[in-house]
Amino acid sequence: MAASIWVVVEQWQGQITDISFEALALGREVADTSKATLEAVLPGHQCAALAEQLGCADSVLCADHPALAEPVPETHAAALAELARQRQPRAILIPVTNTAMGVSTLLGALLDAPAVNFAIDLKATDGTLEARCVLYGGKVETRVRFSKQPAIIGLWPGARPADQGRSDRKPAVEQVQVSLPSEARVRLKRYIEPEAGEVDLTREDILVAVGRGIQSKDNMELAEELARALGGELCGSRPVVDQGWLPLSRQIGKSGLTVKPKLYLALGISGAPEHVEGMKNSGLIVAVNTDPQAPIFNVAHYGVVADALELVPALTEAVRARKG
Amino acid sequence: MNLLVLMRMVPDVVEELEIAPDGKSLDREALRLIASESDDHALEEALLLKERYGGKVTVVVPDAPEVGDLLYTAAAKGADRVIRLRGIKTGLGVAALARSCAAALQATPGLLPVNLILTGTQAIEDLDGLVAPLVAHHLGLPYIGVVTAVTEIADGKASVVKEFQAGYRGEFQIALPAVLGVQSAEKPPRYVPVAKVRAAMKSVKIEECEVPQPTPAALEGIEVLAMSKPEVAGRAAMLEGSPEEVAGKLCDLLAERGLL
Ligand SMILES: Cc1cc2nc3c(=O)[nH]c(=O)nc-3n(C[C@H](O)[C@H](O)[C@H](O)COP(=O)(O)OP(=O)(O)OC[C@H]3O[C@@H](n4cnc5c(N)ncnc54)[C@H](O)[C@@H]3O)c2cc1C
Ligand SMILES: Nc1ncnc2c1ncn2[C@@H]1O[C@H](COP(=O)(O)O)[C@@H](O)[C@H]1O
Repeated sequence: MAASIWVVVEQWQGQITDISFEALALGREVADTSKATLEAVLPGHQCAALAEQLGCADSVLCADHPALAEPVPETHAAALAELARQRQPRAILIPVTNTAMGVSTLLGALLDAPAVNFAIDLKATDGTLEARCVLYGGKVETRVRFSKQPAIIGLWPGARPADQGRSDRKPAVEQVQVSLPSEARVRLKRYIEPEAGEVDLTREDILVAVGRGIQSKDNMELAEELARALGGELCGSRPVVDQGWLPLSRQIGKSGLTVKPKLYLALGISGAPEHVEGMKNSGLIVAVNTDPQAPIFNVAHYGVVADALELVPALTEAVRARKG
Repeated sequence: MNLLVLMRMVPDVVEELEIAPDGKSLDREALRLIASESDDHALEEALLLKERYGGKVTVVVPDAPEVGDLLYTAAAKGADRVIRLRGIKTGLGVAALARSCAAALQATPGLLPVNLILTGTQAIEDLDGLVAPLVAHHLGLPYIGVVTAVTEIADGKASVVKEFQAGYRGEFQIALPAVLGVQSAEKPPRYVPVAKVRAAMKSVKIEECEVPQPTPAALEGIEVLAMSKPEVAGRAAMLEGSPEEVAGKLCDLLAERGLL
């Protein structure tokens, strides 16, 4: 039997997530270069209809069980481990999302297999798999090789364009049974809707984003004035929201919003992957940071190595002067 | 309520990170270590739970330079016991680290059983796994990560809130004892004045525990080939000058794009 590469497909509110298609696109490349088959694994309950969208893969394994309707990492890991023991895939790609947090790690532990987090690329060379992973808040890249199978790869968003993983082809779909404990130790009680923000930040053309570099609640006023002068809205990174300086409805990134304004002005934001995920497709990204090595300069179009507290008032004034 | 907080020192990424001469690791001599951010939130959540339900908070940290600061600060914030685990290597190798921590918890009299183990949901150097699910696995406990609140503890179960995406969250029920990967505490981690930390240095005793098996230095089934600064396609064009000059240049850029 040919070796297979698995991509674990994630659903959110009944839809397959973009990152799953990104993972399929990457999985397709790796399968093709290593003469393996690509299998999409779709854990869930009564979601076989979604399998039709997974034609990028050669085949789809629908692992159906009522318990898999809940996004409980240990339940999903147990189901995946059972299937992997039966079918021995060579590699398992799993999207790194908050929902799936812990699935790849638990799967590695259950299978006694190597599992990496934060991969942005994967390739097969001479029969071995090599991954590129991003560590230290985006400051360091690590290349690793797997010496044991199955290799479990937690994949960051953005490895490949999602559209590359979409296909009209109809894949072969196989329904498989999994046996899970009748009593789960972790249960989802309810979903909590997002806090309604006063504005819809995803529709704004200009966003002024503040990070921990703003240093204090009092300094927020500086950024607010700039946003007002520019006719934009204020948003920020997680630490600023955690401090209570901005509401959760204004957090950009993995747990927060994904935005695509015409201008994203990042003030004192380091550019950790969890933040970048939410703003990298903005039209024009300008970053201000005191650290010339800050990863935000790897995604920004324009950068300024400066103290935001000095630059922002000057910029506010210049903007006001231009606008008259 | 018996609460155990597992914390860890990691490199401060606000500082410059140097790659070691072997090209495969960080130059740890040049690093400044700080408590992993979400571990700090795990400690805060534990202290908030102690305030709500009573009980005891024990902080356990693998040995590392500067670990005393972390432990005395934790004690000054309200931790009842602070423990340093000797014989554990931190750095890359989360799978081995978590196994050693789990073994040390089991081998140290009086640490287990607990009601909850809290640790950060993820750390910046978690290449080969995450501590919370691994410790849960080794101790046979249930796990949930990305936790931002513990809403209720009753009848041997905890209700916790976990973040999903786009502002969506979910409330989960988890059987106790359990391991939580904490993303952020319900309040920002409390500030503790230096004087209180100094006082803790005089009055608090850091307990020491040996891990039963020394942590292997190597990753398991994974070979690090190289570490480097990220390769990027297009780095930002840098603007230079005084704040006024840079402000002027930025205004030009915005005006060209019809954004002013
Ligand atoms: C599961 C998970 C989900 C997450 N979700 C999100 C999310 O949705 N959104 C999010 O943002 N983060 C998220 N994070 C957190 C993320 O990993 C980072 O910790 C966070 O983005 C860092 O925010 P920051 O850049 O503001 O702070 P830091 O990383 O601390 O960066 C502060 C920056 O400010 C610079 N600076 C300091 N002083 C000044 C000054 N005076 N002027 C200019 N620059 C200055 C520093 O050089 C530094 O680069 C998540 C993490 C996890 C584990
Ligand atoms: N170690 C800390 N933990 C939590 N909050 C802190 C800490 N240090 C400083 N702060 C907060 O940050 C603010 C500014 O601190 P400082 O830079 O020390 O003046 C203080 O008002 C505190 O609320």
